[in-house]
Amino acid sequence: MSNEGIGARVLRKEDKRFITGAGRYTDDMVLPRTGYAAFVRSPHAHARIKGIDASAALAMPGVDAVLDGNQLVGDGIGNIICGWMIHSKDGSPMKMGAWRALEPEVVRFVGQAVAVVVADTLKQARDAAEAVVVDYEELPAVVDSLDALKEGAPQLHPEAENNLIFDWEIGDEAATNDAFSKAAHITRMDIDNNRLVPNPMEPRSALASYDRAEEHYTLYTTSQNPHVARLVLSAFYNVAPEHKLRVIAPDVGGGFGSKIYIYPEEIVCLWASKRVGRPVKWTSDRTEAFLTDAHGRDHHSTAELALDADHKIIGFRVNTVANLGAYMSLFSSSVPTYLYATLLSGQYDIPAIYANVKAVYTNTTPVDAYRGAGRPEATYLVERMMETAARELNLSPAEFRRKNFVRQFPHQTPVIMCYDAGDYDASLDAAMKAIDYEGFPARRAQSEAQGKLRGIGMSCYIEACGIAPSKAVGSLGAGVGLWESAEVRVNPVGTVEVLTGSHSHGQGHETTFAQLIAERFGLPTDNVSIVHGDTDKVQFGMGTYGSRSGAVGMSAIVKALDKVEAKAKKIAAHLMEASEGDITIEDGEVKVVGTDKKLSFTEVALAAYTGHNLPEGMEPGLKEGAFYDPTNFTFPAGTHICEVEVDPDTGKVTVVGFVAADDFGKIINPMIVEGQVHGGLTQGIGQALLENASYDEDGQLLSASYMDYTMPRADDVPSYVVETTETICPGNPLGMKGCGEAGAIGAPPAVINAVTDAIGTNNMQMPASPARVWMALQSAGLKQAAE
Amino acid sequence: MYETSYHRAGSVSDAEAAIANAEDGKFLAGGQTLIATMKQRLAAPTDLIDLRHIADLKGIAKQADGSIRIGAATCHADVATNEDVRTSIPGLADLAGKIGDPHVRHMGTLGGSIANNDPAADYPAALMALGATVETNKRSLAAEDFFTGMFETALEDDEIVVAVTFPECTTSAYAKFPNPASRYSMAGVFVAKGDSGVRVAVSGAGQDGVFRVPEMEKALESQWSADAVANIKVPAEDMLSDIHGSSEYRANLVTVMAKRAVAALS
Ligand SMILES: Cc1cc2nc3c(=O)[nH]c(=O)nc-3n(C[C@H](O)[C@H](O)[C@H](O)COP(=O)(O)OP(=O)(O)OC[C@H]3O[C@@H](n4cnc5c(N)ncnc54)[C@H](O)[C@@H]3O)c2cc1C
Repeated sequence: MSNEGIGARVLRKEDKRFITGAGRYTDDMVLPRTGYAAFVRSPHAHARIKGIDASAALAMPGVDAVLDGNQLVGDGIGNIICGWMIHSKDGSPMKMGAWRALEPEVVRFVGQAVAVVVADTLKQARDAAEAVVVDYEELPAVVDSLDALKEGAPQLHPEAENNLIFDWEIGDEAATNDAFSKAAHITRMDIDNNRLVPNPMEPRSALASYDRAEEHYTLYTTSQNPHVARLVLSAFYNVAPEHKLRVIAPDVGGGFGSKIYIYPEEIVCLWASKRVGRPVKWTSDRTEAFLTDAHGRDHHSTAELALDADHKIIGFRVNTVANLGAYMSLFSSSVPTYLYATLLSGQYDIPAIYANVKAVYTNTTPVDAYRGAGRPEATYLVERMMETAARELNLSPAEFRRKNFVRQFPHQTPVIMCYDAGDYDASLDAAMKAIDYEGFPARRAQSEAQGKLRGIGMSCYIEACGIAPSKAVGSLGAGVGLWESAEVRVNPVGTVEVLTGSHSHGQGHETTFAQLIAERFGLPTDNVSIVHGDTDKVQFGMGTYGSRSGAVGMSAIVKALDKVEAKAKKIAAHLMEASEGDITIEDGEVKVVGTDKKLSFTEVALAAYTGHNLPEGMEPGLKEGAFYDPTNFTFPAGTHICEVEVDPDTGKVTVVGFVAADDFGKIINPMIVEGQVHGGLTQGIGQALLENASYDEDGQLLSASYMDYTMPRADDVPSYVVETTETICPGNPLGMKGCGEAGAIGAPPAVINAVTDAIGTNNMQMPASPARVWMALQSAGLKQAAE
Repeated sequence: MYETSYHRAGSVSDAEAAIANAEDGKFLAGGQTLIATMKQRLAAPTDLIDLRHIADLKGIAKQADGSIRIGAATCHADVATNEDVRTSIPGLADLAGKIGDPHVRHMGTLGGSIANNDPAADYPAALMALGATVETNKRSLAAEDFFTGMFETALEDDEIVVAVTFPECTTSAYAKFPNPASRYSMAGVFVAKGDSGVRVAVSGAGQDGVFRVPEMEKALESQWSADAVANIKVPAEDMLSDIHGSSEYRANLVTVMAKRAVAALS
């Protein structure tokens, strides 16, 4: 009997290779005659290129070629696209400035590539890249989105007047204004969401090769979605038609969104491999990663919450300015719009919501989806507002939230989303119990006795995963469908290969996906292999992001399994002369119910392939494919509670307790889910207390290394308490919701609500660094002294 | 990294000859600063002369007069765990144990740290507060004369730190507030009491690198308690200011860390 089915804590099958150093990453790939690429990058945030002199570089040893943007454009390589069309409230389409993989005219952020050197060795390439002389005429730069909108600000793209990409709205403005005119209490806040650098452990990498005889390209690359990469490279960048381009994303060491996009370097390696007639490899160093991996977040918002006399929310109004950086990255436009403002209702029944979002160009690294993508920004706004409103009215933060919870499902919010299922009281109760909320005053008194300030804060988040259905997202501007594909191949000996369009870069698909087969047929997961990440093996797929691989990717596998199971039963019924309806498959055996007649799964598989004795007219083989397009998003939700202790002398915040009570629907492997939550919470705590991409006014990234960018370390976070509650998602066959981003979404407001509770002020922007917290305490102290 | 030639020196005179013959040579110790700088192509020495295998530069010895002599090529982990250091100058052992992470502590050396004189490095505070003497292949220098400003020392290009001698002291402690990102010092205060009185030296915070705080020293001479320094503030305008904290914040940290160092000894 296999005990590796749904709900089992199966150890990760992929870990043997990862923790013994046997993983195969793009940079591990070796092809004969490979040349190495080094990019010439702009040291300026904004400058006109007056000339590029490559003569010295070309004369250096081992140098094959120095290629620049004029050659790239001349060869017809297309501009980098943004795949989601947003229309401003006046109906005009978003204003896209041209982004070339190598810029021939005007550079717009520090680190932008202007040329590439290909040489025999990496060192030769780097030496030569330094010898390429680029004549720049510096232009004034702007880094903050609010500054970029001001009159007289430096202008980035001629297409976007005043640096404004779009001015978008959602919700009913008149109804919302009306609610505010009737409000008994209004809470107002200015809230920023700090810019983050994704920092996957494995930096980006590309190895491209061109087969002259076949006119065929192969690209190994660090991608979360190799099929989408191939589609875009083929359809928009004119590298090669799809059937002449194979994209392989082998083991990938983390992505967090940053490896969804097709970056200039991958395009250039492909193009250069044909130009120079040898494979071309590039692997980002950490500085390049800081400067060129798409950043996350970076919002300035003002928010207003209107309450009636009974403390029910009657309106929510939000103005957000989103910094998209110097260019529009692949999904950048969807993040501060449909992935953000559609979640502004939180877990609450809010009759009227209106949000206005302005997206803005600045001379900074492009911003795109990063773990949570829009939903952390929404949750942070909603949950900071809820906490502050409760404090202003002297209400218990929990009771105030409960008063406004959605309790009837399905629930249509005023901002598109229709919540299908949830029990928000259950997760709030579970979290309060787990952290011993009642005992907090005593713990606070204990801290006070030791000269420390203690605070507690909660966040009742909701998010939307498995973005779908394709028809709906298409109508909202998405350039792609958001379904998933799967193929289940039963081999003649009864082992199983599952081909999936999802891509694993840390999520543990090789384990959880195999558990579906264990569940269905009772086969050990060792008899199953998961095939992904290669466009030659898997026909098509949409990849992994937005916590979609469970709800969408596994649902596709379930559909394919249904077909395999049906065919296997037909064959077995035929072989055992029984009726199809009496056949069951369990423990690796195919049985006739109520009899002792049975065949092993292997015997049935073998029969399918020998074809000696199949039902009349049946095709041999046991292999089925499926495409699954969901009917709705899924809505994971939960409550996170954080407890902190603040050292008033230094401002240092220590997270002393953190509880996450999440409703992810059905859980396939609790151990893997806990791992996802731990990682997400750590990133959330990182955003709240530590991480910040900080630019100076000239557009130089000050936090461009780990000397200045504070990644969370093990001693920055507590031992987490992770609990789950369960309401089944009605939208997919497994009842799953998704868990990949919840930690990063729920944690930041819980942490900041705890910090502000400890220090007795509502105003605190992220990250709540020691210096910032100390300054807040100083000004609170000065204010007190003055009163 | 640019191309460079590596030399392993077997003795101080070996190292002297190698540097004299090099076009633009640099001494290499733990490489925790130098190699990283070279990898970023910010330094390009033609030759690296590795000092770590010179016997004269290694080891920790308690001298007859109670002082402790530590070879320049001794790594931080050895200082942190050495019994003589732990009993005679516990503050120094504690300081060494708080530098970076285990990898750094097993590679980085005392000589490399003080030769580099990063304003955020920890060791300079100990040398100043303990009144240590820096011994080079050419001369002996008091700590005060050795550190001459941010990333600046009295060392000549071909001068090698051989050892540092720390005189015996009655009591010592180091309190450090680490930079959240790098974990170097944002303000580290070393307090020592010895034959020559009380000394208070600060790493991490000052614009010109390590400095002493005479007001705190005086206050502690007359009253050995955390309260004695609680209201002494160093001038904010002399402190560093960056994305991790303003100069006011660092000035505050100096007072807080001084209090904590003294409190640890009371
Ligand atoms: C991740 C990390 C964290 C760190 N954290 C801290 C911290 O918290 N606190 C702290 O104080 N330091 C910290 N450091 C610095 C580290 O502890 C070393 O002290 C420092 O890097 C220099 O020592 P080294 O032996 O590695 O010298 P190298 O890097 O080899 O050399 C540094 C410089 O000193 C010169 N030099 C070396 N030895 C001699 C000698 N005997 N005579 C003359 N010149 C010499 C070299 O030529 C070079 O210019 C950290 C380093 C890293 C990488």
